[in-house]
Amino acid sequence: MPKYLALTFTADVDWTDPQYADQMKDWMEFGEAAESVIRGGDALYPTATATTVRVTGGKSGDVVTSDGPYAETKEALTGYYVLECADLDEAVKVASMIPAAWDGAVEVRPVIDFGS
Amino acid sequence: MEAGDAVAQLVRDEGTRVLATLVRVTGSIGLAEDATQDAVVRALETWPRDGIPRNPRGWLTVTAKRRAIDLIRRESRRSEKEAEAMSSFEPVPDPPEVVRDDLLRLVFTCCHPTLSTEAQVALSLRTLGGLSTAEVARGLLISEATMTRRLSRAKQKIAQAKIPYRVPSDDELPDRLAGVAATVYLVFNEGYAAGTGPDLVRAALTAEAIRLARLLVELMPDEPTAIGLLALLLLQNSRSAARVDATERLVLLADQDRSLWDARAIQEGVTLVGTGLRRTPDQPNVYVVQAAIAACHALAPSYDATDWDAIISWYDVLLRRHDTGVIRLNRAAAVAERDGPAAGLALVDRIDGLAAYPWWHATRAELLHRLDRTTDARASYEEALGLGLSEPQADHLRRRLAALG
Repeated sequence: MPKYLALTFTADVDWTDPQYADQMKDWMEFGEAAESVIRGGDALYPTATATTVRVTGGKSGDVVTSDGPYAETKEALTGYYVLECADLDEAVKVASMIPAAWDGAVEVRPVIDFGS
Repeated sequence: MEAGDAVAQLVRDEGTRVLATLVRVTGSIGLAEDATQDAVVRALETWPRDGIPRNPRGWLTVTAKRRAIDLIRRESRRSEKEAEAMSSFEPVPDPPEVVRDDLLRLVFTCCHPTLSTEAQVALSLRTLGGLSTAEVARGLLISEATMTRRLSRAKQKIAQAKIPYRVPSDDELPDRLAGVAATVYLVFNEGYAAGTGPDLVRAALTAEAIRLARLLVELMPDEPTAIGLLALLLLQNSRSAARVDATERLVLLADQDRSLWDARAIQEGVTLVGTGLRRTPDQPNVYVVQAAIAACHALAPSYDATDWDAIISWYDVLLRRHDTGVIRLNRAAAVAERDGPAAGLALVDRIDGLAAYPWWHATRAELLHRLDRTTDARASYEEALGLGLSEPQADHLRRRLAALG
């Protein structure tokens, strides 16, 4: 069966903030209703926590990080990885090895762990 | 100094160290700040009345740790486990090397490359420097509300994106320390640009930057970047009393009253340059070299007696480490002083990529002026004035333009 990536666009909020507890109900309802087709998914922390990683000069060049989300329109979203790393330093290091970082950009965003 | 001021200074110095330890213990800058702030307030209330305790840092650390435990217990969102983990931390003072490492970790976290430059500057002043949010906002010419948002956004990123609280490994250290130094230098330039103008909080940023640079030398006494940065800031700042005249007009180096220079700062800066050069004689650090250039100026008895040969050689060393148009421009200006305006202008004209830099045009204008090429000089002064300079700088160029007749 074909697979689809469903990207969600909403207000730039921190879902861990108690004021969104009510809205979380809707998300959980969707999760249960679509359980048979959902293969994975996460909520992200707001764009304030984003880091954009670029490598200048191609593969093994200098790693340049900037604060904030990917904000240009030259490149298009073409894929994603979920990385489990010790901290942001490791995540940035791995992101810089993704070929997209060599001539485009990789936006690194922390995933919310609602279990903790 | 008043007794109250002495207490305030002590509390502020120790407060940064206590904060650094609390960040490690609690794992949260926000919580550590609240707890440390509370301990600081208590110290400021009780110490002037009861006297300074024998171990001020120990007193503050114990008070802050107890407060942190209270805050964690009170906050229902935190798990019981976390509060238990905190309670197991003995509220006793840590040995000095632990405090030193805590402070280093805090320095590298506040200046982490995944934070924006503005956030790094704000955190350096607020968290490392211990200024209030209102003071940081005034210093950087933005509203307190904007500064509050900027700081909370930065702390949110540190916490949620898990920016590590650790000292970089040896192979990462040079790059990371260069980032810290760049942030401190930016703080200095914010204050330096404000000059001795009416905004004293803003001008005091130079003192804050020197304080941060001193902290870096204290924490990393063998690192040439730290040594060179402190030397450079001391030497540049040593001229501050002579930089503007009684009417707040900019006074060029050539025209400054050298008896107004701060001899003690110069002496300290020059000594640090020597130390920095001895650390890595074969490959001098870029900050040490820039400080060496500043030292050549500082040690010259008069502008005419400046050792331009030495300055030009230092620029050559600097260009080998770090080749930029601005450094080439500064070297060309030194060549103009030694070999005359025509030689300088030939070099200035060969520098590419500075068309948007006002000082490239201003330097050309000055050299054309000296060569009596009045029409060309006028065009270049006007070009420079159209590129956005601070008011004292623009005022200076307008006066030079008027002098063309």
